[in-house]
Amino acid sequence: MRRLCYVQCMRRLWGPAQVKNLHTSVCQLQRKKVMEADKPWALISEVGEQGYIEDVTDIMTQHFQIISHRDFLQNPQLHAPKIQAMFVWNACPAAKPSLLTSLPALKVVANGGVGIDHLDVPYITSLGVKVTNTPGVVSDATADIAMGLLLASARKIVEGHQIAVDPKTTHIPQCLMGVEVTGSTLGIIGMGDIGHKIAQRSKGFDMKILYHNRKRRSVEDEQAVGASYCESMDDLLRRSDFVMLAVNLTPETTGLISHRELALMKPTATLVNVSRGLVVDQDALVKALQSGTIRAAALDVTHPEPLPRDHPLLGLPNVLITPHVGTNTYTTTRRMVQRMVDNAVAAVKGQCIPNEVKTK
Amino acid sequence: MEEEKPWALVSEVGGENGYLEELADIPKQHFQIICYREFLQNPVLHGPKIQALLIWKYCPAAEPSLLRLLPSLKVVASAGVGIDHLDVPFINSLGVKVANTPRVVSNATADFAMGLLLASARKILEGHHIAVDPKTTHIPQSLMGVEVTGSTLGIIGMGEIGYKIAQRSRGFEMKILYHNRTRRSTEDEQAVGAIYCESLDYLLRRSDFVMIAVKLTSDTTGLIGHRELSLMKPTATLVNISRGQVVDQNALVKALQLATIRAAALDVTHPEPLPRDHPLLSLPNVLITPHIGISTYNTASRMVEKMVENALAGVKGLPIPNEVKLK
Repeated sequence: MRRLCYVQCMRRLWGPAQVKNLHTSVCQLQRKKVMEADKPWALISEVGEQGYIEDVTDIMTQHFQIISHRDFLQNPQLHAPKIQAMFVWNACPAAKPSLLTSLPALKVVANGGVGIDHLDVPYITSLGVKVTNTPGVVSDATADIAMGLLLASARKIVEGHQIAVDPKTTHIPQCLMGVEVTGSTLGIIGMGDIGHKIAQRSKGFDMKILYHNRKRRSVEDEQAVGASYCESMDDLLRRSDFVMLAVNLTPETTGLISHRELALMKPTATLVNVSRGLVVDQDALVKALQSGTIRAAALDVTHPEPLPRDHPLLGLPNVLITPHVGTNTYTTTRRMVQRMVDNAVAAVKGQCIPNEVKTK
Repeated sequence: MEEEKPWALVSEVGGENGYLEELADIPKQHFQIICYREFLQNPVLHGPKIQALLIWKYCPAAEPSLLRLLPSLKVVASAGVGIDHLDVPFINSLGVKVANTPRVVSNATADFAMGLLLASARKILEGHHIAVDPKTTHIPQSLMGVEVTGSTLGIIGMGEIGYKIAQRSRGFEMKILYHNRTRRSTEDEQAVGAIYCESLDYLLRRSDFVMIAVKLTSDTTGLIGHRELSLMKPTATLVNISRGQVVDQNALVKALQLATIRAAALDVTHPEPLPRDHPLLSLPNVLITPHIGISTYNTASRMVEKMVENALAGVKGLPIPNEVKLK
């Protein structure tokens, strides 16, 4: 009623055409307000600090009203019934039963990232809630970082920089020798999307590529990157100059690389891990690095993250560690958030979900 | 038989500037070796015996003052492909041949160039520092790098090393532009998907990563200065694996301080190493390595083998496999 009166007043002051435009604008504004209120609510970790970078929040607010976990906890009874989607980023908020069961309207737990080892998928789906992740969009950036770690470790780039900028450096060092990458043998354990893209990249370096996977890939896939299947992981470990871990974390792959596997590796070999810290027995790795059983390790992932400050891995000269930056570019981060949101939108609307994680 | 081996002058074995012990065995197979320090103790005695001067990491410096003391010198054999530290016309004028070691250096240098590019783009150095810092309590969320896959790489200098860099970057689906004195064949270009840029300016404007792989000559000295850096994207990275003097270092410092470009990754500077108070050492967006582009046992030993092969041919009066001839 008030809107009608307002428009009638305006009609008396202005001419009819202008009033028509004003009417349209008012309708649009009101429609927008209604649409805003119609947007479903999503629970997120936080923006800034340990959460999302500011730049990606617009992707979420395009389709959702978002509430941070901190704000949610200030009045869970008020907020909980509204939440239809939960966005999980870097395993936060933790999808614990106590939280999930307090969200009666929850339709989906949408993860940013492809790894879902931190989610109890069978349990969540038993609540009638869907689980989604973001495969594909993470693969290029992760494969790039895998190659970056391999090269940085092989060619001692971090040590080189430290010497180059050290106040005490007076001469170019003679003994900062690395190991040859061109023509060496790369053994990829886990030949999914990321593993295959690592193989593509290493082909340009004339590396011989061996791979081990639960299932053998097609002949076309193998030939495209010149990769040879190793049914025996032991065989791959014995023959490789660089062992690349690109599996997902499951009960089968937990502790996959331990004392025995490290002892099979060449003493000149390098272990590179871009999967999950728990795939490697870290105590065994420390011993292998200390005793020269393997040459070096380059890890984008550890368990936990970050490691305790007194952990032996931090003090070893032949270890390169990065703080889980495998997908850390603006482009890839935005794509991950977009995919996470798209999955959640589909789930909330009851439509076909692009990346639903189903229990086998 | 030992006495029949010709004498070669080298820098030193071991120590800060010398050959690694394992590498020194290679020249010892064919030459009687004298180190520079020992030579200087009695140049009148040792000088006339020396038929070959073997240069490793610029040492010993082939200065006129040294060459004057070596009347029997037949060849100056340098390990490495760069010969900007040698006055080839002057050395030739003494009737002495010059040799380098092209090709054996190319793979390791191209590998290293990619390593620098990736380390800079994805902030591997900063990442490691944070990961091991005693004060770190959380994984940082704001350590963002730039995307390598699908980005544009502009290679300046498409010789053997530049070409091998193109081969490697292809696997990352990078768009490859290149600028060179002469255009490469169509087959070469198509094999790596590289597009020729007649205009260096055009390459600089379009590239996300600018890779310098030229050799140092009077034409390439100061090739990248204020003007060239300002043509680059503010999000671009400069990678230099050629020689420090190809880049105007003062201009580079300003460009990095003002964010005219995003970052630089340098295996070479001028001088090497830089003075300890040089501004490049303290800029957060600079990655510097101490000229280790060829530093693997594999490549270093192949270089020394080639150098010795060249020197032996020179001493015997045979054609030298990698003689440096002036145009």
